[in-house]
Amino acid sequence: MTSAPAGLQAPLHLAVALDGAGWHPAAWREADAQPQRLFTAGYWTGLAQQAERGLLDFLTIEDGLDLQSDDRFQADARLDRVRGRLDAVLIAARAAPATRHIGFVPTAITTHTEPFHLSKAIATLDYVSSGRAGIRVQVAVRAGTAAHFGRRESPPLRADRLADPDVRRLIADHFDEAADYVEVLRRLWDSWEDDAEIRDVSTGRFIDRNKLHYIEFEGRRFSVKGPSITPRPPQGQPIIAALGHASVPYQLIARSADVGFVTPRDAAHAAEIVAQIRTEQARAGRAAQTVHVFGDLVVFLDETRTAAIARRQRLDERAGAEYRSDARVYAGTAAGLADLMQDWQAAGLSGFRLRPAALPHDLMHLTERLVPELQRRGLFRARYEADTLRGLLGLARPANRYAAA
Amino acid sequence: MTKQIHLAAHFPGVNNTTVWSDPAAGSHIEFDSFRQFAQTAERGKFDFLFLAEGLRLREQNGLIYDLDVVGRPDTFTILAALAAVTEHVGLTGTINSTFNEPYEVARQFASLDHLSGGRAAWNVVTSWDAFTGENFRRGGYLAQGDRYERARTFLATANELWDSWHGDEILADKDTSQFLATAAPGAFRHRDAFFDIAGQFNVPRSPQGRPVIFQAGDSDEGRDFAAASADAIFSRHSTLEAGQAFYADVKGRLPKFGRTRGELLILPAATFVLGDTDAEAAEIARDVRRAQVSPQTALKFIEQLWNTELSGFDVDGPLPAFDPAVSDNLISKGRASVRQFAKDPVALAAGWRARAEAGKLSAREVVIEVTGRQSFIGSAETIATTINELVQADAADGYILVPHITPGGLTSFVDHVVPLLQERGVFRADYTGITLRDHLGLAPLRRPGETTTTRAAS
Repeated sequence: MTSAPAGLQAPLHLAVALDGAGWHPAAWREADAQPQRLFTAGYWTGLAQQAERGLLDFLTIEDGLDLQSDDRFQADARLDRVRGRLDAVLIAARAAPATRHIGFVPTAITTHTEPFHLSKAIATLDYVSSGRAGIRVQVAVRAGTAAHFGRRESPPLRADRLADPDVRRLIADHFDEAADYVEVLRRLWDSWEDDAEIRDVSTGRFIDRNKLHYIEFEGRRFSVKGPSITPRPPQGQPIIAALGHASVPYQLIARSADVGFVTPRDAAHAAEIVAQIRTEQARAGRAAQTVHVFGDLVVFLDETRTAAIARRQRLDERAGAEYRSDARVYAGTAAGLADLMQDWQAAGLSGFRLRPAALPHDLMHLTERLVPELQRRGLFRARYEADTLRGLLGLARPANRYAAA
Repeated sequence: MTKQIHLAAHFPGVNNTTVWSDPAAGSHIEFDSFRQFAQTAERGKFDFLFLAEGLRLREQNGLIYDLDVVGRPDTFTILAALAAVTEHVGLTGTINSTFNEPYEVARQFASLDHLSGGRAAWNVVTSWDAFTGENFRRGGYLAQGDRYERARTFLATANELWDSWHGDEILADKDTSQFLATAAPGAFRHRDAFFDIAGQFNVPRSPQGRPVIFQAGDSDEGRDFAAASADAIFSRHSTLEAGQAFYADVKGRLPKFGRTRGELLILPAATFVLGDTDAEAAEIARDVRRAQVSPQTALKFIEQLWNTELSGFDVDGPLPAFDPAVSDNLISKGRASVRQFAKDPVALAAGWRARAEAGKLSAREVVIEVTGRQSFIGSAETIATTINELVQADAADGYILVPHITPGGLTSFVDHVVPLLQERGVFRADYTGITLRDHLGLAPLRRPGETTTTRAAS
């Protein structure tokens, strides 16, 4: 891990997390919200273009294989919340050709889907975006989600049972599967060497099949033979990201991901989390590799702190409850947020994934107020300096694991 | 009454129809190739684009087959990206019902339909082979005889998921704070021999209600499946006689499923070679066939039929004198055409030999003869006339054109043949509808629960 000289901080990386009308449940009722357009291409393309105007590294898109619910473990029956969503990978593919620089990191569920399908989907997203694809992997533990697939038993979970040994085992099992899944993604992306397509008319051969590789993965939940049907994507290895709040997901981040999203309460907590991830990273033999740790923050941004807090209160009143999140909620000015980010950066974070409380308001403020503020402090790029997402994140294009040295 | 012709464009595939060795041949994987191909189809006012799919790279003699184009994008992802660079043309993707689950496929197609403004279509295919299964969680789990049954129930289940939202659930009323009109949108429960699933579908009803459904099977079972539940058939009967026989047979099956002739379109795949004159086109067509069947490719075809590795065999000499090795274990894997060979290889080989003797043909020339003929060869005038005659004679409702050059192979057709069809009033001068159903002349689907005096389409 590189650290900047004392008194000088390295530039921050910045991502925005898109979800529906924003992360606050009453966001869709704001005057500038467009809840009727949530299921249109234009809505998502517009948000992606706005994020790109702010020179952000990438955007993420939330997803799930079930209807959203205020209850983490089962469906609710609320009428006053945004419900329904489009497939995040397809949203990304639809929006990518309308942008040129920003990365796309949609969410995919590892628990019920096929790694072979997702691998070629993300490779294809990398092709259609000319090297700007990533994937955020997520497990699905809700019994209701498992019932949508009918292929595995999944006991109902409750918040008060999360510490039970059998529940912990179940969750660890899902994360083990996610790690296997990521391993298959990565092997499949490397299953074609970059120069496998030869088009040799004299021998009639389109490919050199010695440069295609069976991946021969065998795991507890699936086996995958390979090679991929899709050639190695432009970045070689698209970015893999995961969100974590505890040691099991931190292990997944440390062992398998390029970017981890974490939810510190404060700078000290951020330092603790980063230390845990670095320890796991070293244990996994990845100490020399860059694993970015991004802090997740829900943001209410306005010209004054008073206005931001008032807006938060207004939204809470509309929602009927105080908004709570796994991530710290920040309500204030861009300058105040920049202070907080600098503080947490000093604790070891290399970037932030900001969750706008309401769209488009908080995304606009992020790109038009926060970004210039960070630029003034020398903490953020003045223009896009690379053509690929790996490039923006300071990651080299990796060698192919199957290529002869 | 004069029928209107439907035209579609098949992105060149991973078999020897595609001539990658031509100097004009471009990338099969870069997005620019797909963009150019799709925009050419849209310039020609085509109904839709068509993408095939294969989920395991083909092998022969235990080695990855290297003579044809290898490698393609993910179907859903490339179609979603193409929706960004086109406005009208339909987006038809082939998706396997064997190595997918209904909930996920239904939400991917519903998402594609939303993101394309109602232009999505699904070509439902099945497979059972353990060879492809090695890339998936289930492995080769399905008995061959069960594949249509599973495909049928897969599609029925997907239809239930698409119909689980009626289209009136989302109010998004900021004043009353009601986003939803109902507390349990998308509720479903499905149980049969293959699927036992329940819960809530999470994609609201899409512009077309569901994707347009294509089916490609040719067996009796496949034809019944299509007659019962497809909107269009991707057939391979592009000649007059075979086309008319297939057309009459499949359209004749519709009444027993309570459907009318206009509810199922027959769209054969068709290759073409255009020239300034018929004679020039014929000459180009001969050259294309030779390029499609290189000496190496000819040898692989002979090996497939004889089911025997024949390294060192001279394809410029006669066909093998011995009979094919009849076996359930085929040296070629992942190739549907080989199953045709395997039905009665000894008789088929005898037929090839008879052709060789009659025409004094070498082994390679026989392969060129039996595999390579283009559907339409001639000047633009000839091709336009032929296509129109075939459609008016009920050999088809239109054609899915398969160019042999990527991505530019469609351009000459769009520039020269389409205007002639438009002049004759048998092909649209411009798009008049919005959705793919509109382009295909299919009535909009009624929402579930909508009252109507006629049978509700499903």
